[in-house]
Amino acid sequence: MLDQIRDLYQEVVFDHNRNPRNFRVMTEANRKVEGYNPLCGDRITLYLKVSDEGVIEDVSFQGSGCAISTASASLMTEIVKGMHESEAEELFETFHRVTTGKEESFDLEELGKLAVLAGVRAYPARVKCATLPWHSLKAALHDTEATVTTE
Amino acid sequence: MSSAVQSILRSDASPRGIYDVARIRKDFPILAQSIHGKPLVYLDNAATTQKPRAVIDCISKVYEHDYANVHRGVHTLSQRATELFEGAREKIRRFINARHSREIVFTRGTTEAINLVAQSYGRPHLRSGDEILITAMEHHSNIVPWQMLCEQTGAVLKVAPIDRTGSLLVEEFEALLSERTRLVSVAHMSNALGTVNPVELLIELAHRRGIPVLLDGAQAIPHMAVDVQALDCDFYAFSGHKLYGPSGIGVLYGKEQILSAMPPYQGGGDMIRRVTFEKTEYNELPYKFEAGTPAIVDAIALGAAIDYLQTLGMDAIAGHEQRLLNYAGERTTEIPGLRVIGQAQHKGAILSFTLEGIHPHDIGTIFDHLGIAVRAGHHCAMPVMDFFGVPATARASFGLYNTFEEVDALIDGIHQVIQVFR
Repeated sequence: MLDQIRDLYQEVVFDHNRNPRNFRVMTEANRKVEGYNPLCGDRITLYLKVSDEGVIEDVSFQGSGCAISTASASLMTEIVKGMHESEAEELFETFHRVTTGKEESFDLEELGKLAVLAGVRAYPARVKCATLPWHSLKAALHDTEATVTTE
Repeated sequence: MSSAVQSILRSDASPRGIYDVARIRKDFPILAQSIHGKPLVYLDNAATTQKPRAVIDCISKVYEHDYANVHRGVHTLSQRATELFEGAREKIRRFINARHSREIVFTRGTTEAINLVAQSYGRPHLRSGDEILITAMEHHSNIVPWQMLCEQTGAVLKVAPIDRTGSLLVEEFEALLSERTRLVSVAHMSNALGTVNPVELLIELAHRRGIPVLLDGAQAIPHMAVDVQALDCDFYAFSGHKLYGPSGIGVLYGKEQILSAMPPYQGGGDMIRRVTFEKTEYNELPYKFEAGTPAIVDAIALGAAIDYLQTLGMDAIAGHEQRLLNYAGERTTEIPGLRVIGQAQHKGAILSFTLEGIHPHDIGTIFDHLGIAVRAGHHCAMPVMDFFGVPATARASFGLYNTFEEVDALIDGIHQVIQVFR
């Protein structure tokens, strides 16, 4: 039953929703951003520890959101840990491009593990759920103090 | 619940011939469709209602035969359009039992009606330190206009609290009525919780102290008969689109004496009697508040919606919806982890709920694949969500065309959501 929604709700999504990775407060963080989706009330606090060389040494999050935003945040923290800021930004661009569906064709391989979230393309009302953590990340990388919203 | 109990609840509830919902559904063309291969179950009536054929036909008919600008031309079409437009105003007057049709001001909707009162009544009246009293269950449209007014005047917004069932704490409300209170603005019925406020009592309490009261009737008006004279409210605001009429049209009722003393809201055509570059003389009520060409056809079609509702009878509609709500309430008790947000004793046909461990947004998406339309979110009532400690709820809201089978589909849908997330 409900086979059609499996492209959105893949097992990996459920797994990360049930057991989000890096779901914790980081006291030693040197970047912290509040992300907020005013449409649905999803909130995320993203913590980063970025080295002087611009390497993301640690990343974690807290907050309450739907399965899509929680899984997206969880997957994101796993993937960007150890990346250089510039690599993470590049990945943001790719992820954003794929999920907002601005391109007809795209290479899922580019996204790696994040490909499980590409299904959100077919759900315009849910795209912001998937991109909220990434918008927060981008703001954190730019060291923006203010709250990020998806609007 | 046993199937015997279910069948008693349901058959008792829907006696054929008295309220024939199957026949009524045929009046709403949009309902006869499938979404993702499932029959549409439209339970988002608190957001907006679907339109009966009578309203849709009225719109085409006016544009095809009777359309021109109102209150202007001497030509036949303009006269016809004016007659229909003013005829709609008279239908609305009768529908809410206002004394005069000049007490019926057309607006774009409830939001504009409240803003009109804030700016035309509130702004000239309020001084720094004066107070406006609302409740903790208001929609953003009955919060933000007052906050803007407070910024403009230095007035203070006071908020009467609610309890865990989502009922207003009337004693606390009364205690907040002070010598500085200049206006009370309260939802007749809450959009997020379904609570129906004891507005007669609240109005009496305010009037004893000489304080006027605005009722935000956006949610109440489709669910019950409203009599503004019996209520004795000073203002009543509602939207056409929640009353099975078009969007973009709404109504502000105001007592004539109060409206007369208020300055216009916007300047422009139709709201003037005489304009020179030195001075403008304003038009009489209600035109003083209707600058510019109004939503002519939408107003006329709102009149058609009211005609339609009166063929069914507001009391019959209210009875049907209450039975649906009771049945849905009974059936939700069988679902573990389901929490109903808003359990006031007096409730309209709104079932707001959360499921343990499942975000309302996910419920909404899965429901959509089952053909079920509900609202998932904060319902433009973020302070209410904060009070109950939830980021959002899923909200099923019933209308005159909903059926017991649709309640069953809702309950079945909830079971499916739980299964998907298990």
